[in-house]
Amino acid sequence: MRPYGEADLLVVVLTEALGRHHGLARGGAGRRQAAIWQPGNLVAARWLGRLADQLGSLSGELVHAGAALAFDDPLRLRVLGAACAIAASALPERVPHARVFGGLLRLIAGLGANPAPLATLVRWEAELLADLGYGLDLSRCAVTGASDGLAYVSPKSGRAVAAAPAGRWRDRLLALPAFLLGTGDGDMTAWRDGLRLTGHFLARDAFGAHHRPLPAPRVSLYDHVCRLAALESGMAAAETEV
Amino acid sequence: MGGPEVERLILLLARLPGLGPRSARRIALKLLREPETRLAPLAAALAAAAQSVRACSTCGNLDSTDPCSVCADPGRERRVICVVEGIGDVWALERAGAHRGLYHVLGGLLSPLAGTGPEDLAIPTLLARIEAGAADEVILALAATVDGATTTHFLAERLRPTGVRLTRLAHGLPIGGTLEALDDGTLATALRARRSALS
Repeated sequence: MRPYGEADLLVVVLTEALGRHHGLARGGAGRRQAAIWQPGNLVAARWLGRLADQLGSLSGELVHAGAALAFDDPLRLRVLGAACAIAASALPERVPHARVFGGLLRLIAGLGANPAPLATLVRWEAELLADLGYGLDLSRCAVTGASDGLAYVSPKSGRAVAAAPAGRWRDRLLALPAFLLGTGDGDMTAWRDGLRLTGHFLARDAFGAHHRPLPAPRVSLYDHVCRLAALESGMAAAETEV
Repeated sequence: MGGPEVERLILLLARLPGLGPRSARRIALKLLREPETRLAPLAAALAAAAQSVRACSTCGNLDSTDPCSVCADPGRERRVICVVEGIGDVWALERAGAHRGLYHVLGGLLSPLAGTGPEDLAIPTLLARIEAGAADEVILALAATVDGATTTHFLAERLRPTGVRLTRLAHGLPIGGTLEALDDGTLATALRARRSALS
């Protein structure tokens, strides 16, 4: 959302039936409505315009204050910011993506209580890639065809590769965290690998196709998680030495 | 309508916050009808403000002196700095009379979605001020919005190594507010920030 004039906001909402949708929220930056038009809030929105291709005006009622539930936790706030930035810029205007909408809804609704919001974000990003036509094939190894022992993903084809056939090419492949195969929720290192994996394909396909970079909040989230993962592995190494 | 001077006056007034062409015309008419009592004093006040009011080099507040009257006041708690988004927030806190320390005006909030970064705000000057040992406590009095929370977390992370006491404003029930009238976000935040009822 961007301020427009003194008290109005240009708002982007993600809807189930109409996909990403712009509108002008009159008084949206004012005292009465500012709490409604926060990134990550679930809003019952109403769009009005004389013609379908006009910007039109949006009015809304707050249903779930997802933003407020993330205020106290910097990591959850970053997750929310990254998800909103991707939803606002990766999806085409007014094309329904019900699966992406449902995934974002689950991510935001569970943000306050979810012990692994990063795993949910990575899964949602993989869903978004699939919905846009750039889905990853994690069902079997691209080399052997086997469905077990999958540990990497080819950065070119987006297909999974098992650990054994990866061999000396493993440094060129992207690590595939187990939580993306449905095993557990992962740890900080797995979340970092997951963000790197989906980030690579988002940057190359979803954003690169439009000659746009990955949104800054998503880049910043990955950098932050890299720092946390390094901190965690450093602490684990210190504990082992003791 | 009334010559180029009047047109220009209306045009300039219409650009002010809260005013449009219609209200600008009404104000211009009022001023021009009473030049001695309205127009001349206003013009003199505007000229004096333009001549003397500057941003304080320490905190960013607007005043006719540098450092500003708040920074120069020896009666204030000089070891407590309240970080605010804008000068309007300084005025609001001064009206409330609740803060007796100093201020630091950021000039906005970090907004990754809008592309506002730390270099666009007065964050380097705040860090320099705190690293120079200017404070024992920093109160992060920023808006209860996503951008406000992002800025609060960013500043807390940056200021943590200095060892200064970091606090932020509470979120919760407004004075005179009832539970059923609150949105669920404020209610949940207020419940999380509950404190002992025994004073």
